[in-house]
Amino acid sequence: MYRYIARRLVMMVPVLLGISIIVFFIMELIPGDAAQAILGSYATPENLARVRRELGLDQPLVHRYFIWLGNILQGDLGRSYILQRPVLDEVLDRLGPTMLLAGTSLMLAALFGMFAGVVAAIKQFRWQDGLLTTVVLIGISTPSFWLGLMLTLVFAVELGWFPVSGMSRVVGGGGIGDILHHLVLPSVSLAIVATGVIARLTRSTMLEVLRRDFIRSARAKGLNERSVILKHAYKNALVSIIPVLGIQTGFVIGGAVYIETVFQWPGIGRMLVGAIQQRDILLVQGGVVVIAALYVIINLIVDVLQSVVDPRITV
Amino acid sequence: MRKTMLFVLMLVLAGSAHVFAGGAAEAEERDTLVVGQIAEPNALDPHTVTAVNDFRILVNVYEGLVQFADGSLAVEPALAEEWDVSEDGLTYTFYLREGVRFHDGTDFNAEAVKFNFDRMLDEDHPYHHTGPFPLAFFFSAIDEVTAVDDYTVRMELSEPFAPLLSNLAYPTGLMVSPSAVEEHGEEFGRNPVGTGPFQFVEWVSNTQVTIEANDDYWGSPAGMERIVFRPVTDGNTRVNEMLSGGLDLIVEVPPDSLARFRQDDSFTVYEQDGPHVWFLILNLREGPFTDHALRQAVNYAVDKESLVENVLQGTATVADSPIAPAFDWAYNEDLAPYPYDPDRARELVEQSGYDGEEIVFYVTEGGSGMLDPIPMGTAIQADLADIGLEVSIETFEWNTFLDEVNAGLEGRADMAQMAWMTNDPDTLPYLTLRTEAFPEDGGFNSGYYSNSEVDGLLEAARQATTEEERAALYREMQEIVYEDAPWLFVGNWVQNAVAVADLQNFRLQPSFFLELGEVSF
Repeated sequence: MYRYIARRLVMMVPVLLGISIIVFFIMELIPGDAAQAILGSYATPENLARVRRELGLDQPLVHRYFIWLGNILQGDLGRSYILQRPVLDEVLDRLGPTMLLAGTSLMLAALFGMFAGVVAAIKQFRWQDGLLTTVVLIGISTPSFWLGLMLTLVFAVELGWFPVSGMSRVVGGGGIGDILHHLVLPSVSLAIVATGVIARLTRSTMLEVLRRDFIRSARAKGLNERSVILKHAYKNALVSIIPVLGIQTGFVIGGAVYIETVFQWPGIGRMLVGAIQQRDILLVQGGVVVIAALYVIINLIVDVLQSVVDPRITV
Repeated sequence: MRKTMLFVLMLVLAGSAHVFAGGAAEAEERDTLVVGQIAEPNALDPHTVTAVNDFRILVNVYEGLVQFADGSLAVEPALAEEWDVSEDGLTYTFYLREGVRFHDGTDFNAEAVKFNFDRMLDEDHPYHHTGPFPLAFFFSAIDEVTAVDDYTVRMELSEPFAPLLSNLAYPTGLMVSPSAVEEHGEEFGRNPVGTGPFQFVEWVSNTQVTIEANDDYWGSPAGMERIVFRPVTDGNTRVNEMLSGGLDLIVEVPPDSLARFRQDDSFTVYEQDGPHVWFLILNLREGPFTDHALRQAVNYAVDKESLVENVLQGTATVADSPIAPAFDWAYNEDLAPYPYDPDRARELVEQSGYDGEEIVFYVTEGGSGMLDPIPMGTAIQADLADIGLEVSIETFEWNTFLDEVNAGLEGRADMAQMAWMTNDPDTLPYLTLRTEAFPEDGGFNSGYYSNSEVDGLLEAARQATTEEERAALYREMQEIVYEDAPWLFVGNWVQNAVAVADLQNFRLQPSFFLELGEVSF
């Protein structure tokens, strides 16, 4: 098992390298560069040449990539052109909020998604099933940024229960209660789609498992319905659900880009939007590489988790 | 199982209800002003940044030798109490205010002024590497800065350059503490030290910048104990945050929301026009707009009143000149916008010999000062279709758009949207309307307008040493440009802000900066 984990971690290196090359060259293909973004209306060829020289953007592309790669091996992600600070500092500042938001959303999605799916499966074709299936379908079909704005209008502007945006109060904020209070609306908005996907999957998997022979045997031997559902059916369904949790992580982190914008959450998603608009290549690189690493690690954890749940799967 | 789940659900609800109560019960202290910014600042070093969003914080922390007077774009003393300009316009001598200290306790003096300019302009300066300094060319006419004595500074220019004082009043001319630059080096932009009414406290990445009153300030003390600048990028979120009481002051309010704030007594809406011009560049080198009659025709054909009232919902006024009316001393009051007259436009189209060829129109999706470019673009297209012009729109993302348009319209388009916000009446016409400013020569004259009279007037205005002399030259230039119609003049942006009704002494400045030294509750 440890050897497997080590091998997977080593495999991460070529994956991240590939991603960094793709990002670097795509950013290069988009017209305009950081010097252009900084100078805006004042981007005369003369000024552009001067700022490019001072930023090091006048060097050939491949040369710049290898400088970046050389620095990264020493733990240096470079310096943001626009924010004028080390990329690593900026990324680390942003990583915590994004992990908090994405983690909470995934937890909510897993909890409510599986609960709804199990209930819908047990009550198949009854009113509970119909209600849950409808709600889930609406959830999946609603764009999360729109839902975010609507939740804000109702629960923040009209009712005043939650803050509109940000992660803490501007004066004297930052306590756990304060952050949780700010976390409710963005994490719910972000969780909705994943909840729907997980609920649908749980429902269908549970239905399939419930029709299997061993469930009939369990019932026949007189086990009460509760342990039939929880111990036998649900545990077996989990084997198919866990890998989907891993995939949903990717969607949740992707969705965080919108949600962080709507709720002004100080995370990596928002940082990336700004960095791309301003052609801040190194900041984009740093952000994307960190997100990719996160995604790979989470999927590794999911795979390990799966082998724990299902002894038939060995890693 | 159902009971357990119900129990868990109730627990969660009870827990969060407790949290809501805690959040709502605490009243906000009224010694703090919370400002909703449109984006995270890039850096707080006035010499390295170019965005108005950053300037709005900077002008409260730093001061320059001179500044724009309250409510105007005329220059008045700040850290320099007075100054002389030599007859030939080549030597400026500034007499500095004594007894001013930077927030780090060091003295503001002639050596500090010299450090500020040398850092930007001298590539061998030991702190030049703390750049780049993108707008340093504002001061490129300066040959040498000399500290004559502790409180006298002399600037020698290589050629007369009338816009120098306006440029010194711009944030690029704000004075930073030399000792803080020496201490923080490249990180100075995250550790700003100036002489202004407020001093820097902290910057929490993408969350807030906090500044507090400077107790040792030489001028009248700040009216607020503390100001927090919060970046709220999304316009709808900014409005919602304002409505829910999370912000006290927001700028660049979406036009759709202004009406709502106007009807609500708990808010005050502020408006102020500024040095901004929104126009269409016409291609004078090739295609239909080489014809003067057709250029005038499009100026008559577009209903600009309707554009500013209906598309921009009153957040702009109709333009008629390359100099914005906010430069009141230089603007030609005798000009009146080309009236909306489709019949006259059709006559001119007849005269022009336009034969129905396709007119390519570059439109951006959005960008600094571009207002609502897509709805504006389609409305203009419709007005031009009305007089029989076949206009096809091509849309670009902002940085791509700049790349395309700044390279010149030849071989690309017949017309393109553009907007400029400047600090001196010289800047826009000098960079965009002179023969020597064609893109191939490093300028922004993307439509290739060329009129030797205009060239001469603009050069003469740079050499002029008095404001009256400059103003006369600019007025003449504006009349010629109006008649030649190298652009389709559209609008001047009226900036807006919304504040809570009990905010005192606040006003927007034509410069678009946000001076908050005297505001209070």
